[in-house]
Amino acid sequence: METSVVLIEPLIAFTSVTKRFGPRVVLSSLDLNIPHGQKLAIIGPSGSGKSTILRILMTLETIESGSVRVGNEYLWRGHSPTSIRADESTTSTIRRRIGMVFQQFNLFPHMTVLQNVSAAPIKVLRKPKDTALRNARDLLAKVGLSDKIDAYPGFLSGGQQQRVAIARALAMNPEILLLDEVTSALDPELVGEVLNVIRLLAHESALTIVMVTHQMGFAREFADRVCFIENGEIVEDAAPAQFFEAPTNKRTRDFLRAVINA
Amino acid sequence: MFELSFALSILPKLLSAALTTLFVTFASFLLSLLLGVPLALLRRTRFVFISTITTVIVDFIRCTPLLVQLFFFYFALPGFGIRISAIGTGLLAFSLHYGCYMSEVYRAGLDAVPRGQWDACTALCLSRAQSYFSVILPQAVASVIPAAGVYLIHMFKETPLLASISVVEIMFVSSEIGANTFRYLEPITLCGLLFLLMSIFAAALIRVVEKIYGKRWRRVWS
Repeated sequence: METSVVLIEPLIAFTSVTKRFGPRVVLSSLDLNIPHGQKLAIIGPSGSGKSTILRILMTLETIESGSVRVGNEYLWRGHSPTSIRADESTTSTIRRRIGMVFQQFNLFPHMTVLQNVSAAPIKVLRKPKDTALRNARDLLAKVGLSDKIDAYPGFLSGGQQQRVAIARALAMNPEILLLDEVTSALDPELVGEVLNVIRLLAHESALTIVMVTHQMGFAREFADRVCFIENGEIVEDAAPAQFFEAPTNKRTRDFLRAVINA
Repeated sequence: MFELSFALSILPKLLSAALTTLFVTFASFLLSLLLGVPLALLRRTRFVFISTITTVIVDFIRCTPLLVQLFFFYFALPGFGIRISAIGTGLLAFSLHYGCYMSEVYRAGLDAVPRGQWDACTALCLSRAQSYFSVILPQAVASVIPAAGVYLIHMFKETPLLASISVVEIMFVSSEIGANTFRYLEPITLCGLLFLLMSIFAAALIRVVEKIYGKRWRRVWS
């Protein structure tokens, strides 16, 4: 507890993390440190384990070996034969610090936009209802959806739903925001509105953001750091300018060429 | 042949017995809807011991005839000093029996809620109970209603079993009239017609509930 005033760096640390789905190795002995306030973009071919990194952090996935630390708490502690997961209370403390936006939005269809954004602050953070609703309205104004607060998600476009999902994640005041291919399920003309919201957020907050994306242009403009992952390993890890202009690894060059020519 | 004046003369008796049928059916339908929720949740719990026990109990009740259960509660339990009125026995057996069926219906409904909804609950730090009650169940109910409606009509048609433990419902009254007057055609025909009417009414009711529930948020797929 006495260490809580000290900023533990890096904020997030994956140390030789291995994750398997059956016989398939999704992450193999992955090391990844993410400092406070960093905007990290993770790119790579599908099935390379990018989303798994986010899902492990969000406590949605287990790992086989290695350790995962967030702040001064271990979500997973390296152990033989398999890593040990933190107890329920530590897990929920870690969870509180993290918010996540999903590819498929995962909004609650039976709640209005306003209820979607205010439900967890009321139920989990035990905020007074009027405070939570005011906060939700402010956030929805920020993502440009003030006119949709009473609509149900099923009646919104994909881009609008995703902006609600971003507001919903932010309503919990996370320190870390995970964006899992947030534009992949959108029609091309709706991608821009979602990226604009993320840009806006990034500029005015000290949020640590980890995003998995296929939007190369956005990664380059938005991120402080880009990691290329293939077959569960980090192949390239560099600042965006270096990453896109002079990647050192041949596999990165091949991937970038394939994506840009697509 | 069918004598209208006789039929009319016994109609009031049958109608008042029909009220009993309606009462037992709807009361035990509601009870079974309530009972189904905890049973379905217990079967899905992570504690293997509890889910196994629940599965065994549910399967046992589903796989023994309702009539046997009625006889057991009504004629065998008094041997252990437990005495329940005929109508109480009816309510108990019907809600227990159909509660088990309903738990299966809920289970299917819960499974139909997309995995991503659970992920979102976890990401928002909702507890398991909060996730179930404010996110998962309300969505599951939408797919549960049609199947629950089928069981409601089943329950109606099973209530004549209660005549065997002397609950004064339509079947009991009809056969009593038959035995006393030696005329079976009119009472049994009327009995069947009343069941038809009640079932049609129940089916219509379910259709209305189906339309209303989640009307505001469910997109109409045309």
